Amino acid sequence: MGSSGSIIDLFAWGGDGWTRPLLTGLGVTMACACIGYVLGVVLGLAVAFAKLGHNRWLGAAATLYTTLLRGVPPLLVIFLLFFGTNGALMWVARGFGYTGYIEVDAFTVGVMAVAFVSAAYSSEVFRGAHAAIPVGQFEAYTALGLRPFAGLWTVIIPQMFRLALPGLGNVWIMAIKETTLLSVISLAELMRVVGVAGRTTGQPFVFYGVAALVYLVLVAISSRAFHALETRMRWA
Amino acid sequence: MDLETALHVATELAGAIWVTLALAAVTLPLGLILAGLATWARRSRYRALRGVASAYVLAFRSIPLLVQIFVLYYGLSQFAWLRASPVWIVLKDPFACAVIAMSVCAGAYTAEVMRGGLAAVPQGAIEAARALGLSGFKTFLLVTMPIAIRRALPAYSNEIVVTLKSTSLACTITVMELTGVAKDLMSQTFAVIEVFCMVALIYLIINMVLIFLLQQVERWLTPAYQRKPMFAGLRRAAAKRLSSEAVSQKG
Repeated sequence: MGSSGSIIDLFAWGGDGWTRPLLTGLGVTMACACIGYVLGVVLGLAVAFAKLGHNRWLGAAATLYTTLLRGVPPLLVIFLLFFGTNGALMWVARGFGYTGYIEVDAFTVGVMAVAFVSAAYSSEVFRGAHAAIPVGQFEAYTALGLRPFAGLWTVIIPQMFRLALPGLGNVWIMAIKETTLLSVISLAELMRVVGVAGRTTGQPFVFYGVAALVYLVLVAISSRAFHALETRMRWA
Repeated sequence: MDLETALHVATELAGAIWVTLALAAVTLPLGLILAGLATWARRSRYRALRGVASAYVLAFRSIPLLVQIFVLYYGLSQFAWLRASPVWIVLKDPFACAVIAMSVCAGAYTAEVMRGGLAAVPQGAIEAARALGLSGFKTFLLVTMPIAIRRALPAYSNEIVVTLKSTSLACTITVMELTGVAKDLMSQTFAVIEVFCMVALIYLIINMVLIFLLQQVERWLTPAYQRKPMFAGLRRAAAKRLSSEAVSQKG
């Protein structure tokens, strides 16, 4: 492929065209963002309840976790996980008597990074949602004779999700944006593919421009979808 | 980590703090100016101007900052005429590129903060000022702006933290600030956790200092009759303890 190929040649399907690699990259981006986000929201809910609960040590640990992960650049968290995970896992494995070499691939590191950062932000969202639920709801499930766990699960948490929806939408958009940073640990997501394409074709502006448009569309669709979900949930 | 490595890490990081602070110190005012322009344009009476400003805010808040930095630093090098022009002196410098990209992005986010602040100004206050015969400009300067700034400050301090964190992206285009140096140190010394903790502590301290300063500005802008005393919580606790001691002494 010549560096002066026309736009049609650049984005041809198959052959030397870049559309297929770009779509693969987009797939990796979305997979990483989705898995990381879902894990992050679940972990965030746990962290939120650790903060709300009565155990002081658990609460302090949860507060430390959110302060740290929200105050530190996500890129630093990615580097920590990238350089630190192998060592940490091998250290744990050595405790079990395994002395071989363990290596975690960039995708796993990426998912973990997205999950840990989303967990910190979504735990704050959940805490806000918990505070917004009227006391009457708590009294009501107690009056109905539900144990605290059952009451939380059937009465409080469903309402929390509805109240947390706008905040969770922001966390999702943040997760999409965070995946771009994973190109620095050479995960072959969209940014990485775009960078390679720009270098090999000598047209970095075109390819980074395409990436910008793709992210713009992704964010636009996401915020539309979350708005639609909010309006539906309002009457649920 | 032995003492020698610890010293090596500490000196490397101490040098990098200044790069991070310099990036933030240049980006924040530039972002504020851009945000001011965007806010002014979004309230303009010309529809085209409003459209352009809204598109700017929407686009630069939606596109990830890393993409913006790469478009500016790697993308623009595609054009030979640009490389030949005098603008290239600025655009070939990674520090300048990082600052430009981050300022434009921060400007878009800050414009939203400003809009929130302006929306929080009670309509009655503006009407009252107009009824007193203040001109439109004076109303803005003496009534709308002070209230809006005070209302927007908490959100703006959030924005400052975001900007500080986003300076870390400069290391992807070879500006060696804290995160970039941390990455090198992690791969050289293998003291991953130690380096992470030190850098995290530095970021948290900078954050805390900035938030504290912003709180002081907010306090200073609040009229005296609405001001809460400094360290209100501590004083209340102290007063409580004193009064309880007094009670126990009485008893």
